[in-house]
Amino acid sequence: MTALLEIRDLKAEIAGKQILNGYDLTVKAGEVHAIMGPNGSGKSTLSYVLSGRPGYKITEGQALLAGADLSQMSVDERAAAGLFLAFQYPLEVPGVATMTFLRAALNAQRKKRGEEEMSSPDLIKRVKELAKILDMDMEMLRRPVNVGFSGGEKKRAETLQMMLLEPKLCILDETDSGLDIDALKVVSNGVNQLRSKDRGIVVITHYQRLLDYITPDVVHVQSAGRIVRTGGKELALELEETGYARYQSEAA
Amino acid sequence: MGNAPTTPARKLTDAEARLAEIFAMQQSAGAPQLAKLRTAAFDAFAKTGLPNRRDEAWKYTDLRALLRDVKPLAEPPEDSAKQSARSAAVLEGVTSRRVVFVGGYFVPELSDLADLEAGLSVVSLSEALAKGDAAAMTQIGNVGEVDDPAFALNTAFMGEGVVIRVGAGVCVDRPIQLVFVAGAQPATYFLRSLVVVEKGARATLIESFEGETTQEYHVNAATEIVLEEGASLERLKISREGAAAMHVSTFVASLAADAQLSDFGFNLGGAVLRNQSFININGQGAHAGLRGANILKGKEHADATLFLDHAAERSESKALFKSVLDDSSQAVFQGKILVRPGAQKTDARMMARTLLLSEGAQANCKPELEIFADDVQCAHGSTVGALDENLIFYLMARGIPQVEAQSLLTEAFVGEVIDAVANRSVRDALSALVSERLRTR
Ligand SMILES: Nc1ncnc2c1ncn2[C@@H]1O[C@H](COP(=O)(O)OP(=O)(O)OP(=O)(O)O)[C@@H](O)[C@H]1O
Ligand SMILES: [Mg+2]
Repeated sequence: MTALLEIRDLKAEIAGKQILNGYDLTVKAGEVHAIMGPNGSGKSTLSYVLSGRPGYKITEGQALLAGADLSQMSVDERAAAGLFLAFQYPLEVPGVATMTFLRAALNAQRKKRGEEEMSSPDLIKRVKELAKILDMDMEMLRRPVNVGFSGGEKKRAETLQMMLLEPKLCILDETDSGLDIDALKVVSNGVNQLRSKDRGIVVITHYQRLLDYITPDVVHVQSAGRIVRTGGKELALELEETGYARYQSEAA
Repeated sequence: MGNAPTTPARKLTDAEARLAEIFAMQQSAGAPQLAKLRTAAFDAFAKTGLPNRRDEAWKYTDLRALLRDVKPLAEPPEDSAKQSARSAAVLEGVTSRRVVFVGGYFVPELSDLADLEAGLSVVSLSEALAKGDAAAMTQIGNVGEVDDPAFALNTAFMGEGVVIRVGAGVCVDRPIQLVFVAGAQPATYFLRSLVVVEKGARATLIESFEGETTQEYHVNAATEIVLEEGASLERLKISREGAAAMHVSTFVASLAADAQLSDFGFNLGGAVLRNQSFININGQGAHAGLRGANILKGKEHADATLFLDHAAERSESKALFKSVLDDSSQAVFQGKILVRPGAQKTDARMMARTLLLSEGAQANCKPELEIFADDVQCAHGSTVGALDENLIFYLMARGIPQVEAQSLLTEAFVGEVIDAVANRSVRDALSALVSERLRTR
């Protein structure tokens, strides 16, 4: 069976600076992977390269989503193909109502996949359900996208988008940072609801704590633009003890 | 905004010579008082001729160069033209009282002047002038002191329009919509309206200009508005002229104490669009909100020139103009705030924001402050930029295609000025117009 995400010897640069240095990662459907690694090691870069952010250039290697070459797809095509990135820093979109945004996103994806669009009443109903799961006030969702949201509220909103869009591959870039203890549980619960045999989840995090709630099948250590160690859940605990020092010297 | 004197020996342009000819021919018509008004106006015009780029107020819209010839004054419209005007300028979901003009002529059978609200009077300009409406005759051309050749031309040639009066204390909920539809033939239209909102009265006025034709035609429109003490008016002007049309319009308003004016001009089409506003804030505590939006493409050119004259204490003016420019279109924003001696506690703000969708598009902004009082707050600013790439990426990362992402963000940009429209159904109709216009970009 083809892997959901297959990254082979990926090299990528931004502004002429190489950040990913031969990245290998395979995520199969049904798996949850955690990526941990020091600041600046290129974790967000990986997520941007996969989602196709302008300015990020693949110079070598490949990234395949369910066998399809991501580099051949536009950003929106990647999303419709099932890739979702929960941003480390979600953006505020002044003047665009959240519901308008969600409807546009969901229906554009569905249209591209040849599926039927979701009606407005159904959409509102679904968003209400999700808001309840994520303990979000519907009043917030009447505002423009993320405008005036606190850091934690933005992370919940990202999670809501993800749950609504039901992607095949979810990449969560530090979705836990900025969340208070209760919010961490609520958001983790939302993410766990997405766990399924058809879906892959990659959580990028600095804190072992998140992994108490979202139990990973595999944990990777990333340093200087590639994965330097892979292990099970216990690797996260080990990192908590030892830090990244030995990986950083190894990578150098 | 005065006009530089021209050398007496200057040879008239073809257009100027033609205007003089046409004026001489029409001169005999009308009451003596009216003839005097027209003659004085034409003389004032003739002193300077058509404004050109050396006139500060017309720097970016050189009418003398643009107006190469004068289209004939319009003939009464054909029945077919009237028929097609039925569906013109319909604002989805807005039940306005329509007053329709086709090819410069008032069309009673398309207009809805039955059962006017008590205290509201709506009369066509031609009727008011023919009847010698004394009040109108003293107010027309006198609402503010406007020294401008295009406005003078309008006074000299004014053909049709309306005279509206909203009686003291009367609140007219139903928007009054003036619909000006261009005829099929090349023509010049001189349209003129007077709106008097008496003490404490309230109304909504919509002026829609439309032209389906690709023929060249010229509109010179002027609206004078008197807001008496505590009166309130929301005015919307929507210009969706034909592709080859030239549209010059003058808006003159006088605000008495505590009067409220909310004006929104929306430019959606036309080769050359010039909107000049002369706002005279004469009463204490009056408030003028002036907003505009341009969504332009091709080689369209829109010029908003604003003159805000604060002559009373504690008055406010807030101007916000937004332009979305595609292709090689061009937007001009000139704003001048004058605070007269004694107009203390004036709060005047002016902002022009431009979104460039193409490298060939151009924005010119020229603010000017002239302040003769010491305890005032005045500010102006302008921004020019492109859509935020990061936001486009964010939207696309959620599956929204690029073009749709761009329109959503562009609509959001324009939305700020539309959100300020108080009448909800009008606001929704305007948003729909924006989406429609952006989709066909
Ligand atoms: N636009 C850019 N131009 C140049 N260098 C950049 C640019 N964007 C990111 N970088 C560099 O790329 C490297 C990787 O950054 P990235 O944000 O991917 O790290 P990260 O692992 O996500 O870090 P953190 O844990 O702090 O979120 C950093 O050294 C950063 O400075
Ligand atoms: Mg990061």
